[in-house]
Amino acid sequence: MRPPRNFYVPAFQREAGMLSRVADSLYWMGRYLERAEHTARLVNVELNLWLDQSPELGAGRWRFLLEALRAPEVAGPVDPTQLVNTLVFSRRNASSIVSCIAGARENLRHVREQCSSRMWEQLNRLYLGVVDRQPEEEWFLKSHDFFLFVLEGAYLFHGVTDATMSHGEGWQFIQLGRYVERADTLTTLLETHFKRMTRTFDGTVEGADYLEWVGLLRGCAALEAYCKRHTAEIRPMRVAECLLLNPDFPHSIRFAVDRINAALNLIGDLTERRAKLPTRIAGRLRAQLSFSQIEEIMAESVPAYLQSIRNECAEIHAAIHGIYFDYSIDAELAS
Amino acid sequence: MTATAVPSRLSIPASFVNYQVDLAYDEMFVSPGMPRDHYRTLQQTLLKLAPEELRRSQQAADLAFLHEGITFTVYGSKEGTERIFPNDLLPRIITSAEWARIEKGLTQRVTALNLFLRDIYHEGRILSDKIVPRELIYSCKHFRREMRGINVPRDIYVSICGTDLVRLPDGQFAVLEDNLRVPSGVSYMLANRKVLKRVFPTLFRDYGVWPVDHYPRALLTTLKSLSPDHCAYQNDPTTVLLTPGVSNSAYFEHTFLAQQMGIELVEGRDLLAHNNIVYMRTTAGLRRVDVIYRRVDDDFLDPLCFRPDSILGVPGLFNAYRAGNVTLANAIGTGVADDKAVYAYVPEIIKYYLNEDAILPNVPTYLMANESHRKQVLGNLDQMVVKAVGESGGYGMLIGPHSTAQQRVEFKARIMADPRNYIAQPTLALSCAPCLIDGSVESRHIDLRPYILMGEKVTLVPGGLTRVALRKGSLVVNSSQGGGSKDTWVLREPESGAQLLEEVRKELGSVAPDLVRELPRENRTA
Repeated sequence: MRPPRNFYVPAFQREAGMLSRVADSLYWMGRYLERAEHTARLVNVELNLWLDQSPELGAGRWRFLLEALRAPEVAGPVDPTQLVNTLVFSRRNASSIVSCIAGARENLRHVREQCSSRMWEQLNRLYLGVVDRQPEEEWFLKSHDFFLFVLEGAYLFHGVTDATMSHGEGWQFIQLGRYVERADTLTTLLETHFKRMTRTFDGTVEGADYLEWVGLLRGCAALEAYCKRHTAEIRPMRVAECLLLNPDFPHSIRFAVDRINAALNLIGDLTERRAKLPTRIAGRLRAQLSFSQIEEIMAESVPAYLQSIRNECAEIHAAIHGIYFDYSIDAELAS
Repeated sequence: MTATAVPSRLSIPASFVNYQVDLAYDEMFVSPGMPRDHYRTLQQTLLKLAPEELRRSQQAADLAFLHEGITFTVYGSKEGTERIFPNDLLPRIITSAEWARIEKGLTQRVTALNLFLRDIYHEGRILSDKIVPRELIYSCKHFRREMRGINVPRDIYVSICGTDLVRLPDGQFAVLEDNLRVPSGVSYMLANRKVLKRVFPTLFRDYGVWPVDHYPRALLTTLKSLSPDHCAYQNDPTTVLLTPGVSNSAYFEHTFLAQQMGIELVEGRDLLAHNNIVYMRTTAGLRRVDVIYRRVDDDFLDPLCFRPDSILGVPGLFNAYRAGNVTLANAIGTGVADDKAVYAYVPEIIKYYLNEDAILPNVPTYLMANESHRKQVLGNLDQMVVKAVGESGGYGMLIGPHSTAQQRVEFKARIMADPRNYIAQPTLALSCAPCLIDGSVESRHIDLRPYILMGEKVTLVPGGLTRVALRKGSLVVNSSQGGGSKDTWVLREPESGAQLLEEVRKELGSVAPDLVRELPRENRTA
């Protein structure tokens, strides 16, 4: 994953390290934007599936959606309009799409001089396009354009970032945030899904279950990639393999962890803090994922396996925070 | 005495119907319908454009400002309200001869003011010689006793200065005030230029305008030339821009300048002082800071030394500064020289230190602490502008002709209570320039703020921020009071354009032709 940096020794190396506050903001910007993208994709897929199903079945699905997004639970009967508003527009829900985009923009606004002007412009455009919207009743039935706008806005932002920002430390912190968030949201989604689909995982799936598994793949933008590899025959084992352990597919946990690992290694090099804690935890997680076999995982418990990954993600986050963003000044002055 | 700008009613083009030429100097017209030479091309371009088209261009420009986030924060309204700084599309044009005079005058002024600051914080010769009254300096609330006897690098106190100029009815430029603390607005000068080049590309090229884009580069050179002596890499000191933070009204400018200069934008909480050395907190540990371009006022810089309730500053910064381990630009205590009462003495200050007459005159100023001045002013309050000496941004002002009797009574009481705190000036007819108001061209009052940099040498970027009082008849150009801005074009000498091109050609020509290899760009297999 890592480019061979050793060949290039810049003649006029500026001193190592960037402002901790700035790194913190870039990291969180990456996280918020990834979450907005993930939520938009999931809600869009869900609304689409909802049309295919009977009303009773639909009501059950909403609860799983809330759980998969770790949104606050709703007591009593679920009102779709209200629920979609909570997930999309509500500013009280800190993880709603609009809150996330606003959070990403606010973080970037604090460090505007660190990104390219085009990046700021693109994120600002995305923000201005979603903020202060007053959705009408049953808005979600014709919401496709909205979700497309959010997804394309996020893709465009990452494209602009890759094309116009130097791929140095700041860029690595954005990637770090993005993939920590991706590993975490994917794990939660898969965990919810596997807890719910308790029927046998052997063989192919048909009927109502088929739609569920296809929904999961589409929620991970993975349906086309899956079909290319395994045809449209959906086998839970293969789906799990694809979303958990496949190193090439961008929305697999393994892929996200590889990227976390790469970013941490480079940041470690650039700041001369290679041997520190976050690099170690991420390396361990990566080794675990790359040597696991899907059969073994399925034979034991998938939710338990996913739970352990989530714990590791939380540890990585805490370690990044303690080493790069908020370290002890006294210890630093003493060294 | 007003008349429309175009002579015959029949031939009035749609866009100029509302244009009025009155008593003030008009930047565009000599007399109604007769444009000045350097405005003729602009007028012809405008005549060709339909009002609808002008309106559309203005909207496109406004949208560009919004998307790029070129905004300022309005205090006192809904929290975090970002507003675009209104931009007027029509350029203000200054001839090369006019600019040459401005450049000379401002260089003289900032040189003298720096000598003055050095003097009053050391020997105080000008005070002993009774050119400037001692009590005037010591009673100034921006005088910093803490700065007595401290040496600053190169003896430069003011390295970044934005002086407000106005054009009097006779066409002469005069200085209205010096901004020597933390002048802002330079980013709008650069943003206006960027947008205008997009909207009027051919007009811009045909005019032959000096570029302004090198300002950030010049600013960085200036800052680096002030690095403290200790600095291991004298030529490459670690330079940062200190901002009060995202809720400051000029935050956009801080990010913009830091980005353009390629330096870190820091807040007080990113810095710490230890053993009189200033560090910033980075992901690779603590890194020493050498030069700070601070956009935080004196009062808030160091809670241990100035306002103890400040959370924007760095505890211990002043001691590190006094020890000569870090440079602040501008220096602490420069506000004493832009006090509006000290301003009245600037012509004498120039004479005293440089033995020259001021090239750019002052506006007549009456000190309220002076009894005969005060009597004269209080009798004619309805014709005067009264200002508090330490304020800026258009706050604490009375504009006589636009005031009510009630306001005049209040101001009179305030002046009597604290005469040292007020000065008065005759109401000036600021010059007028054409502005685009809802699709038609109308005249509005303007001023000019060029930016002067002083490090190893004095640098002026040809241009500046032309501020506009967008409300009809208003004389207040401050952004907080309904003002806007427009791009300022300083014209090159007609022949200098060709000269420049020749130089570029020479440089390009210096690559020997046999060294040029071309990569094939097409597949030629037939």
